[in-house]
Amino acid sequence: MKTLKYLLEKEFKQILRDSFMPKIIFLVPALQLLILPFAANFEMRNINIGIIDHDRSVVSQQLVNKVLSTGYFRLSNVSATYQEGIRYVESNVADILLEIPAGFESSFATAQPKEPLIAANAVNGTKGGMGSAYLTGIIREYLAERSPQEAVRPAPIAATYLFNDNLSYKNFMVPGIIAMLISIIGGALSALNVVREKEKGTMEQMNVTPVPKALFILSKLTPFWIIGFILLSIGVLISWAVYGLLPAGNLLVIYLFTAVYMIAFTGFGLAISNVSNTQTQAMFTAFFFIIVFALMSGQFTPVSSMPQWAQHVTVFNPLRYFVDVMRMIYLKGAHLSDLAGQFGIVCIFAVGFNILALIGYRKTEG
Amino acid sequence: MNNVIETNQLTKRFGSFTAVNSISFSVGRGEIFGFLGANGAGKTTAMRMLCGLSVPTSGTARVAGFNVYNEQEKIKKSIGYMSQKFSLYADLRVWENIRLFGGIYGIHGKRLTEKTDELLDILDLRGERNTMVASLPLGWKQKLAFSVAIIHEPAIVFLDEPTGGVDPATRRQFWELIYQASARGITAFVTTHYMDEAEYCNRVSVMVDGKIEALDAPLALRQKYGAANMNEVFHGLARKAQRSDE
Repeated sequence: MKTLKYLLEKEFKQILRDSFMPKIIFLVPALQLLILPFAANFEMRNINIGIIDHDRSVVSQQLVNKVLSTGYFRLSNVSATYQEGIRYVESNVADILLEIPAGFESSFATAQPKEPLIAANAVNGTKGGMGSAYLTGIIREYLAERSPQEAVRPAPIAATYLFNDNLSYKNFMVPGIIAMLISIIGGALSALNVVREKEKGTMEQMNVTPVPKALFILSKLTPFWIIGFILLSIGVLISWAVYGLLPAGNLLVIYLFTAVYMIAFTGFGLAISNVSNTQTQAMFTAFFFIIVFALMSGQFTPVSSMPQWAQHVTVFNPLRYFVDVMRMIYLKGAHLSDLAGQFGIVCIFAVGFNILALIGYRKTEG
Repeated sequence: MNNVIETNQLTKRFGSFTAVNSISFSVGRGEIFGFLGANGAGKTTAMRMLCGLSVPTSGTARVAGFNVYNEQEKIKKSIGYMSQKFSLYADLRVWENIRLFGGIYGIHGKRLTEKTDELLDILDLRGERNTMVASLPLGWKQKLAFSVAIIHEPAIVFLDEPTGGVDPATRRQFWELIYQASARGITAFVTTHYMDEAEYCNRVSVMVDGKIEALDAPLALRQKYGAANMNEVFHGLARKAQRSDE
């Protein structure tokens, strides 16, 4: 075990002397956390709406006012016909059209009030989808208020957003981004590490020494494990200082999970490094996996909205569990006992990836 | 004289290509053994098998008494190795490299400090103790790498073109280090392209196309081939090669 001491000394000296390292460890998380939550914001504001009002009544005017007063919509144009309105959509001036049929007001007295038509531009699917959902909700509410007949009045739907009261997208994104940046930096750095020694020729020198394989892997793993904690601390600090976001649950549980997760993810990086011959090869391999991990982590698309086969694939994605745990602790205040499943699975990943790293590292070629 | 390396019909094939073709030889304790051959002749492959970096396809070999098939890690404890690529850590200081490899080979504490001082004295590198290895001149680096390779007093040190690109004066100093090690009983197994260095060896072998074409003391080889020096011996043998450059 004394050998490990010398190997660790070497690794730490090398990392501390690498002028590129502090930039990656401090600058990348800061930039990601400051920019990404704003850029990756799916909350819709300023949806451009075109109005075609065939009714021109008090009631139709009230409906339009109600729609515009919500703050989600911005009036882009008022057209006389649907054909005219659709031209605005085609030229990207309007995102969504609201056509109020003639006789809208008078139909209110009848049992079956006429419903306005919504046409959304689906080129920007999110904007169109969210826009028409908002709009439907507003109209539904308005009709319910106006309808004299008790029967047609739908049951009042009160949506309460649990755990993220003001439905702030940032509160939702930031914990996941911390998980992502720890994975990206930790994975990429560890993937490049061993293969760099191969390129420089020092790996061969190590291979002719009697250093046991497991000890060598351990000496590579330890520094990245610590870097993971540094990244996490920077992330937690920035999300508190910039977004006022503090975990609702115990911060120590986050650190504990990161401890296990970093062993898993560094093992993944080292496994790639051990089977690669050049840094370029290692980089591409690592990024192929990291991008898939990130996209399928539930950070951008909820896992539950993925097709069934994709949901099955995410079971093998360690990042999915980390994003999950971060959100559960940050937003829900989950306890250690709530996260037993995630802990168990990431432990399996930690063992599995490090076994791969050990198998991939061959001191003697066949 | 007891042999520290013994091979019998040692062979390495990569697919249909036979890199090392049934070589048999032995090297005695403290001997300086020159392992010559043109590029692509199979020297490095043979050396890698002896160092436990590569498993032979067939044949047998024992290095420091250990089998190259299943006792590679024991072999690694008993040998030193210096490859043609410069193989110390360039981003570590001189003393840190000595400490690292000393530590790996089981030299600890006070002995490690003493060994470091002693080594720096021999190499006349006391003033460079804290220098980054990256900024040392090549000749100094190679001398340091050699000294580090034998820091644990191994039975054998394998040197793969150790003096490539080094100036003649420094090469001479380098060979003095080899002689000193040999006098302490460390066997030196050297590949080189410099024929003057071949003359310094106790015995040399010349590999051509994966086979050992000649093996004897330099003087005996010169007489056998009627050559004035090792250069002529080498050219006479290497001309037969069918393989192109690696």
